[in-house]
Amino acid sequence: MNEIVNILLFMVSCILTNNFIFSRFLGCCPFLGVSSKVETSVSMGLAVTFVMTIASLFCYMIYNWLLVPLGLTFMSTIAFILVIAALVQFVEMFLKKSSPTLYSALGIYLPLITTNCAVLGVATLNVNNAYNLLYSVLNGTFSALGFTLAIVLMAGVRERLESSHIPECMKGFPITLVAAGLMAVAFMGFSGLV
Amino acid sequence: MSEKKSLGKTFFNGIIPENPTFRLVLGTCPTLAVTTSAINGLGMGAAATFVLICSNLVISLLRKFIPDQVRIPAFIVVICTFVTMVQLLMQAFIPSLYEALGIFIPLIVVNCIILARAEAFASKNGPISSVFDGLGMGLGFTLGLVVLGSVRELIGNGSIFGINILGASYQPMLLIVLASGGFLTYGLLLGLFNLVVKKLQNKKSGKEAQAA
Repeated sequence: MNEIVNILLFMVSCILTNNFIFSRFLGCCPFLGVSSKVETSVSMGLAVTFVMTIASLFCYMIYNWLLVPLGLTFMSTIAFILVIAALVQFVEMFLKKSSPTLYSALGIYLPLITTNCAVLGVATLNVNNAYNLLYSVLNGTFSALGFTLAIVLMAGVRERLESSHIPECMKGFPITLVAAGLMAVAFMGFSGLV
Repeated sequence: MSEKKSLGKTFFNGIIPENPTFRLVLGTCPTLAVTTSAINGLGMGAAATFVLICSNLVISLLRKFIPDQVRIPAFIVVICTFVTMVQLLMQAFIPSLYEALGIFIPLIVVNCIILARAEAFASKNGPISSVFDGLGMGLGFTLGLVVLGSVRELIGNGSIFGINILGASYQPMLLIVLASGGFLTYGLLLGLFNLVVKKLQNKKSGKEAQAA
């Protein structure tokens, strides 16, 4: 019973209190780059969730069952990035064959995920915090859901910003960053939750 | 003579006209995360500059041997090797900085600036100009991080590089060194930078119009 409560609390903390964007600064590039429309940001969030879940699983297995027994833990960054790049390629090929609609929706965002620091970040965080297999996968999935929440909320804000009067020099990135800062203040309110 | 001139141009290109932090807005994750103090910004900038110079050099030397289809994985492996070197060196010689930068050292691998320069410059140019490009871009990134880190440390802690500037009576504004302050400060500085660039351009074009 206690274990279930712990797991639930862990999920909530991944989404809200330790939100990848607002408290850990992981995945800011796609957060700023792809958040101009709600629909595309939902697709991006789903693609990232998908890849991050599988990447946490595979990176856990490779690190604990291959690198640790062989004493090659200093190679972890190289191993992780190759796993992620291969996974992204594989997911892309698989989706192209099995679900063309989903593929065309995620299309251009899939290759971008290789260089999304949230994916490599979650693999490294799992190792640094010595999570077990279950917690690693949960961390991958729910941190990615937190990322999706942030990017979709931001897209909503940016759609409103487009029609508002903004000084010339603040248009584009500057006003987006300021809006993200204000959202981060709001997310700080969750810090006492878990 | 003209070669020297173009090397200088390549070098300065990264510092102001295509400054990665303020003009291209690339590599935002480390920019926001490590700039809680000026010294952390400098450390991160130095690490990224080292990786950028070395990876630009190696990729430029190997550019004729790397097949086009697998160039991105090949670039990433080269970058990753240097990042691992930096990580191990920092852990051994400057453990305090290693602790402060934490997860963002391995994440230099996925810093968009490094891959972007490999793809856009080093894979098309010779080794010498690639090194200059790496140096300029790296210094531009470092400059951006130090400016942002100094502003945040000054407002949030009353000091720059650990030296107290605003005196003991200053009430630090903690929000600025927290996560949200990173976004706010970066956004406002970016706006300011845009404003200054715009003013300078207007002045220049005004002068040209007068001369004509």
